[in-house]
Amino acid sequence: MRNKFADVIYEIGSKDERICALVADISPAGSIVKFREEFPDRFINVGVAEQAMIGIAAGMALRGMRPFCYTIATFSLYRPFEMVRVDLCYQNLPVTIVGMGAGVIYSTLGGTHHTMEDVAVASAIPNMTVLAPCDPEEMRLATRWCATESNGPVYMRLGKAGEPDLTANALDPFQIGKVRYLKKGSDIAILSYGITLSMALDIAKKLEEEGKSVSVISCHTIKPLDNKGIRQVLENHKRVAVVEEHVPHGGLGSRVKEIAWDMDAQCKLDCFSLKDEFIHFYGSHSELLEVHGLSINKILSQLSK
Amino acid sequence: MTIMEKLQNINHFDQSESQRRCLQYRRKILDISQQVSALHAAGAFSAMEMVDCIYHCLMRRNPDGTSPDTFLMSKGHSCLVQYAILEEMGVLSHRDLDLYCKAGGRLGCHPDYGNPGIEASTGSLGHGMGLAVGMSYTDKIHGKDTILYMVTSDGELQEGSTWETMMMGANLEVENLIVLLDHNGSQSFGHTRETHPKFYPIREKVEAFGWECAEVNGHDVTAVYNAVLNRKGGRPFMLIGNTVKGRGVSFMENKPIWHYRSPNQQEYIQAITELKEINS
Repeated sequence: MRNKFADVIYEIGSKDERICALVADISPAGSIVKFREEFPDRFINVGVAEQAMIGIAAGMALRGMRPFCYTIATFSLYRPFEMVRVDLCYQNLPVTIVGMGAGVIYSTLGGTHHTMEDVAVASAIPNMTVLAPCDPEEMRLATRWCATESNGPVYMRLGKAGEPDLTANALDPFQIGKVRYLKKGSDIAILSYGITLSMALDIAKKLEEEGKSVSVISCHTIKPLDNKGIRQVLENHKRVAVVEEHVPHGGLGSRVKEIAWDMDAQCKLDCFSLKDEFIHFYGSHSELLEVHGLSINKILSQLSK
Repeated sequence: MTIMEKLQNINHFDQSESQRRCLQYRRKILDISQQVSALHAAGAFSAMEMVDCIYHCLMRRNPDGTSPDTFLMSKGHSCLVQYAILEEMGVLSHRDLDLYCKAGGRLGCHPDYGNPGIEASTGSLGHGMGLAVGMSYTDKIHGKDTILYMVTSDGELQEGSTWETMMMGANLEVENLIVLLDHNGSQSFGHTRETHPKFYPIREKVEAFGWECAEVNGHDVTAVYNAVLNRKGGRPFMLIGNTVKGRGVSFMENKPIWHYRSPNQQEYIQAITELKEINS
């Protein structure tokens, strides 16, 4: 995902001089090096100074640029939060914050490097768009939208590297603000976004082996959420599961519950998320998810009840 | 064209005109004070001469009154000076100022981006410097002949974000950025020399961050004007303007309570009566 992002920025930035990249001492990967070498004026490494990264990006946007601010997710949003809120969102400027390695993907770096509340935090701010593409292709399309069409601030939540392609056979095109069916069934629907979408697909496969008809839906745009699309998911399935690598409150699960209540949904609804806890545990990403309660087996076991 | 040459082309400078204008702005602000309970008059009075100098003497003017240069009021709570000047210039209307802080109006206690003459939203301290560095850097890489003027406060120099972005501004060599520091030495909790003695010295800190720096009496418009004109250039520039909070009204001067309070009717009359042109 990281390398692909660099490729996309280079590709778009080659044609559009408004595109600039600001990083906070993150080691440049792949094409970001090319971008820096070919467009040195439009590449700024602010150093370990995230408030400066957002503030300077806002100033550049006030002058007509379309900056991308790129660093590890937790430092991209929490450290400079008030710059994000006031400089970007209050002034409604077209700056994209790229939060890399979100969730607990930095599983051995500890709680200081986990980003478990970012969707709730970013979604709470007026004018902010929150995107979480699930694979390199969705990320490419999302980045292109941020670069060329968005009129305001975006928080884009990314994984790290090595994400598989999940959307080659998607049933719907990628469209900002719309849910996207990767599979369509009638019994159970699994809603997810970003990193956990591959887990959703694995769960669907197991359920299909048990004879269930399963939908898997990428909610790559968490804000503004596709209310109509979510309503249809809740209407057209007997059971709906939300899977997200995020604390239980303020993420997709909470939003889907709100919609379900408003429409008096009759389906059964299960939300699977990280716990509302800091985890003092080190291991692989999947081991950490398991400790948090997010595992294929646990989810399957709940869905069989 | 160098920064120095650019500055030689600026509007005529007339100290007595500036003093006359500043007296008028102080009166205007005191008049507005009778309509609202809080307005940060004292901080506006300390920044007065520097803001006037920027708008009327330093920013270059096109025949239609517009300017290639930009002004940011980073210490947003002092925006009444800016409003008074923008009204006089015809950028804001009398009605805008009549409706200051009132339902149906568009001007509040802090400047909002999108209002006429307001280039960025400020008010939360420590944001202006990042915006200014980003704006001046963009102008620089686009080869634009512009200067960005900003007024900041000593309070804002207590924000880490200000120093982060100053350091980056020096790295990016934004020589088209000129910051005037309204150093009134007074903040909500008292006098900075007493509350935070290690805040000083300022000048050495600014220079250590790669900026050119000079220091003058911030109420002396001639000194302010000349200091900006005489800068060496090649780096961002900060002028420390030593000022008095509440300058021009004896009972407001250096009294922390006037950071926020509006005068009552009796105080207003006394203030209006004693206002006069300020030389330094």
